[in-house]
Amino acid sequence: MGEIRLMKGNEAIAEAAIRAGCDAYFGYPITPQSEVLEYLMAEKPHERTGMVVLQAESEVAAINMVYGAACTGKKVMTSSSSPGISLMQEGISYIAGAELPCLIVNVVRGGPGLGTIQPSQADYFQATKGGGHGDYRLIVLAPSSVQEMADFVKLAFDLAFKYRNPAMILSDGVIGQMMEKIELFEPIPRVNEFDQSWVTTGKTPDRQRNIITSLNLDPYLQEEHNHHLQEKYARMRREDVRYEAIACDDADYLFVAYGSSARICQKAVQLARKKGIKAGLLRPITLFPFPEKILGDLSQSVKGMLAVEMSAGQMVEDVRLAVNGKIPVEHFGRFGGVVHSPEEVLEALEEKIVKPVV
Amino acid sequence: MNLEEIIREENIVYRRTPLLTDKALSYCPGCGHGTTHRLIMEVIEEMGIQSDVIGIAPVGCSVLAYEFMDIDMIEAAHGRAPAVATGIKRTWPGKYVFTYQGDGDLAAIGTSETIHCCNRGENITIIFINNGIYGMTGGQMAPTTIPGMKSSTSPFGRDTAMMGYPLKITELIAQLPGTYYVSRQSVHTPASVRKAKKAIRKAFENQKLNKGVSFVEVVSNCNSGWKMTPVQANKWLEENMLAYFPPGDLKVDGQLVEQGKTS
Repeated sequence: MGEIRLMKGNEAIAEAAIRAGCDAYFGYPITPQSEVLEYLMAEKPHERTGMVVLQAESEVAAINMVYGAACTGKKVMTSSSSPGISLMQEGISYIAGAELPCLIVNVVRGGPGLGTIQPSQADYFQATKGGGHGDYRLIVLAPSSVQEMADFVKLAFDLAFKYRNPAMILSDGVIGQMMEKIELFEPIPRVNEFDQSWVTTGKTPDRQRNIITSLNLDPYLQEEHNHHLQEKYARMRREDVRYEAIACDDADYLFVAYGSSARICQKAVQLARKKGIKAGLLRPITLFPFPEKILGDLSQSVKGMLAVEMSAGQMVEDVRLAVNGKIPVEHFGRFGGVVHSPEEVLEALEEKIVKPVV
Repeated sequence: MNLEEIIREENIVYRRTPLLTDKALSYCPGCGHGTTHRLIMEVIEEMGIQSDVIGIAPVGCSVLAYEFMDIDMIEAAHGRAPAVATGIKRTWPGKYVFTYQGDGDLAAIGTSETIHCCNRGENITIIFINNGIYGMTGGQMAPTTIPGMKSSTSPFGRDTAMMGYPLKITELIAQLPGTYYVSRQSVHTPASVRKAKKAIRKAFENQKLNKGVSFVEVVSNCNSGWKMTPVQANKWLEENMLAYFPPGDLKVDGQLVEQGKTS
């Protein structure tokens, strides 16, 4: 059994990074995730594992420091919150174009603009549809507990290197700030066992020079590169979809929710079942690749679905695409920094799904 | 004496460094980029550090620098090369890391990355090509376009009341405690090319000392953007650019060089 600790979600990310053999963290303070950088600075990971931690002058610089270290095959990460992630989009697009592995953590707060420092899930589109310019996707993991904040750091690095693709942990202010008991995984050595043939660490006499770029002036080559990227994303859809199904087997109605909304919906499932409404919860763990097949399958057995998210309705579009019109799919969520209660969620299920369907 | 007797190692007075690839340069004839590329590759060859060098190309005319340099290279987003270099050097402190940036890249869109990288004292080399214009996009006004100078976005000459002043970023960063060597050179005459090479060599050698940024500005021409012949451009450079951006060392071994005492 691993070490048991009571930790904030943000601290769990930081501790897990050290334990996952992360080589470097570059970041810039922003609420509600500054604890990641604070924890790392206080913990002196350079003495524990040799991990580099540096406070950058901006999110723009931080993501480009990530780009540089990623070019040399290092396990590198950054974290931020919504406005900071917006600033990083240029760099993320370059990282995706150049096919570099790295981890980006977004502890989402309410927007648009400076918005609020309260939790939100309104960055779903940005995280799952690309975010910056060009046709690209991130691997997006959505933790719904402090335990998963820690565990997904390791998983995200593994997936990032498997595909040579940036991975994102899409969290929110609730998961980042709340404290839970977690079991930490055993530290793994800071050794990268993935293919290193492409890295730029100096051209040795035994190989051609390595070049890392996202530039192809020839449009036909750029099209070919885009086809290659799309094939990679298709492979992710085949091999790395993750979800959790709670009380789905006999469910008549389904909540579809991720992150902190999934925790709230777990309670709403219990409340619904007490009232005699057979509700279940499908929790996407990977938001990209999205668990569309299981949702398609479940649309054969349930009468309606309610996508619950702290946004005006973003993931609901992917749920509708997966269900493809077979059953009603509606959205409910408080947003702009307000968190919905289990009671509100259940009431919405009854109003929007149960009543109209029956 | 036959040809074979003449072509002997001891008779060679000039040889193209093998660290330049065979790819034809994409630069306009007479442009200073090609010369500066050669100087950097010669220095890397002479120091024998090819297997430990990582170069970072900018956005601009030299966006394809990696096509011409036979070393591991990375293409950075516009202005972000100093941050990219930081990420590499911090995780590979034993490697030689350099950025190659133009004036728009380094002194406009990347000013923040430049200043903070220099102020943190990253142990890297920055080569800064200043030709006073955005060459790649077709000759627009740059942060270093000198007063009165015409460009496609200052067609009547740079009016400082309306467009602001040229940024002497080299003077600015020389003041920062994180810079160890700051020099301004040019490559418009054989003598200036020799001096520029010495400065570039020093800027790479300094990385062994781990004392901060070594920064070499190379004032260069852009004969296409300036709408001049190469010879006219070099003459204009000497009379106008070098008057505004005087060549010489600004900081050596961490000490500011007194004004007027430039080497």
